[in-house]
Amino acid sequence: MKIAVCVKRVPDMDVRFKIAADGVSVDETGVKFELNDFDAWAVEAALQLKEKAGQGEVTVLSLGPNAVQETIRKALSMGADRAVHLQADRIPFDGFAIASALAAELKDGGYDLILFGRLSPDSSNGVTGPMVAEFLDMPCVTAISRLDITDGRGTAKREIEGAQEIVEFSLPAVLTVDEGLNTARYPSLKGIMAAKKKPLESKPAQLGEPKVRIEKLDLPPDRAAGRIIGDGAAAVPELVRLLQTEAKVL
Amino acid sequence: MANILAFAESRNGELRKVALEVVTAARRLADATGGEVHALLAGAPGIVAKSEQLAQHGADVVIVCEHDGFTKYNPEAVSALAAERIKSGGYRAALFATSALGRDLAPRVAGKLAAGIVTDVTSVELTGDTLTVKHPMNIGKVIATVTIAGTPAIVSLRPNTYAPVLNPKAGRVERVAPVGDPLASRVVVKELVTGSAGKLDLAEAPVIVAGGRGLKAKENFKLVEDLADAFGNAAVGATRAVTDDGWRPHADQIGQTGRLVSPELYVAVGISGAVQHLAGMKTSRTIVAINKDREAPIFKVADYGIVGDVFDVVPALTAAVREARKGQ
Repeated sequence: MKIAVCVKRVPDMDVRFKIAADGVSVDETGVKFELNDFDAWAVEAALQLKEKAGQGEVTVLSLGPNAVQETIRKALSMGADRAVHLQADRIPFDGFAIASALAAELKDGGYDLILFGRLSPDSSNGVTGPMVAEFLDMPCVTAISRLDITDGRGTAKREIEGAQEIVEFSLPAVLTVDEGLNTARYPSLKGIMAAKKKPLESKPAQLGEPKVRIEKLDLPPDRAAGRIIGDGAAAVPELVRLLQTEAKVL
Repeated sequence: MANILAFAESRNGELRKVALEVVTAARRLADATGGEVHALLAGAPGIVAKSEQLAQHGADVVIVCEHDGFTKYNPEAVSALAAERIKSGGYRAALFATSALGRDLAPRVAGKLAAGIVTDVTSVELTGDTLTVKHPMNIGKVIATVTIAGTPAIVSLRPNTYAPVLNPKAGRVERVAPVGDPLASRVVVKELVTGSAGKLDLAEAPVIVAGGRGLKAKENFKLVEDLADAFGNAAVGATRAVTDDGWRPHADQIGQTGRLVSPELYVAVGISGAVQHLAGMKTSRTIVAINKDREAPIFKVADYGIVGDVFDVVPALTAAVREARKGQ
């Protein structure tokens, strides 16, 4: 089984972001970057499928500046076999531009499965996977939390509002991975050493013409400071009164 | 004059609340330029009966496609239908909901049409020929103002940001055939496993009661369920720590890697307020926090906080809410 996993380098969200001088990007000074959680689960899914089949190859793709090679190495150290870095000055916000470049690279790869995380928390659009599927005319199942591949057909579970869908699909296919599918492994020391020697091909990304443009970024207004109305069960009557009279939600 | 297409989401033959939100937003957008709203409704035979509700909320035309292959969500056939209608109708924009279905469908349609797309938007405006949306990024810590070039623009709206508004129109029904054979899709939803009957969904519930590690054990989640039950219109949510420990299904997780919710009231029970959790709920209108740690970050975003043991405060609150609702 040949599996491709598209991964993204994303900022650690546990910081107070600042807007850069250009007004349309985030100041990256002091911001740590990491492999997107959802993408890590996609890498794990690919590795498990390969291990179960006892054969196959897992290729990691990532688009962006040279710094994304660090993210790629993380996936290689988890156990992916090879990687492709699609060079771009920055990771575009626009899903169409990214999906065009990824589809151009994936088109003739002969992959049985192409995996994505369902979303990245930075651009927060979640469109790349399904768009790549459309560009390659492949079946696509999004936000899966369970996966079974048997005899060239797949069954997946999707969490939807208040319910679950059991979805069957034919291969080759594009899947996007939600939380709950697995727990991503930590790279072993052996894996980290081995990753240094694994093939990493770097080439310019063939970005599509962007269709959307960030005009400006703003920091949201802070929520008004809350108030502690009391301690313990004794504060409950006052809370109920406020919910009825002030917030009017009861 | 710009016409807008609103995708009207349904499940099991019923419109979802987000369908009315999307039509409401489309109405406002169309009114800005004197255009029409066309709602696209795809479902099993009989779904046409729901056209009236869409017209009530501002649809000038309801485009209805009935087929046995639309009984459950059919990603390939619905995206083909939507793309074909958007293209042939020459719409300025097509609006979807940022639901599980919308997140699946809208990017497929954008891909088919090679159109610009922004998802999870909190506002959409048309000024002259420029379509502008607001889109939260970096777990809501940054808000982007984004323009979408070209026609059509594909937009999905964050649930609960456009409250449904009645705006009755004559609502002409136009029936259309599916594109291709919906029964020949390569992706087939075999089964829809619904939760307990009548259970409210996190995206649609006006009240959410969510629990965290402060509950100490899986069994104690009953406190959260009881409080939700007392409100009568509440759904139950959880933090990532809780879903990772298997106390609740992953689908209930609110936060960076889970659900983004904006209810009228959010009650955080034994939740300290990690940044990843706050990302999923801080746009709630009113936030109540109950936690024994006075320094917990949740109190920074909570409108009303009670410092105390959840095992002491929550049963008292449940009883008080039951009592308060009795007279209603």
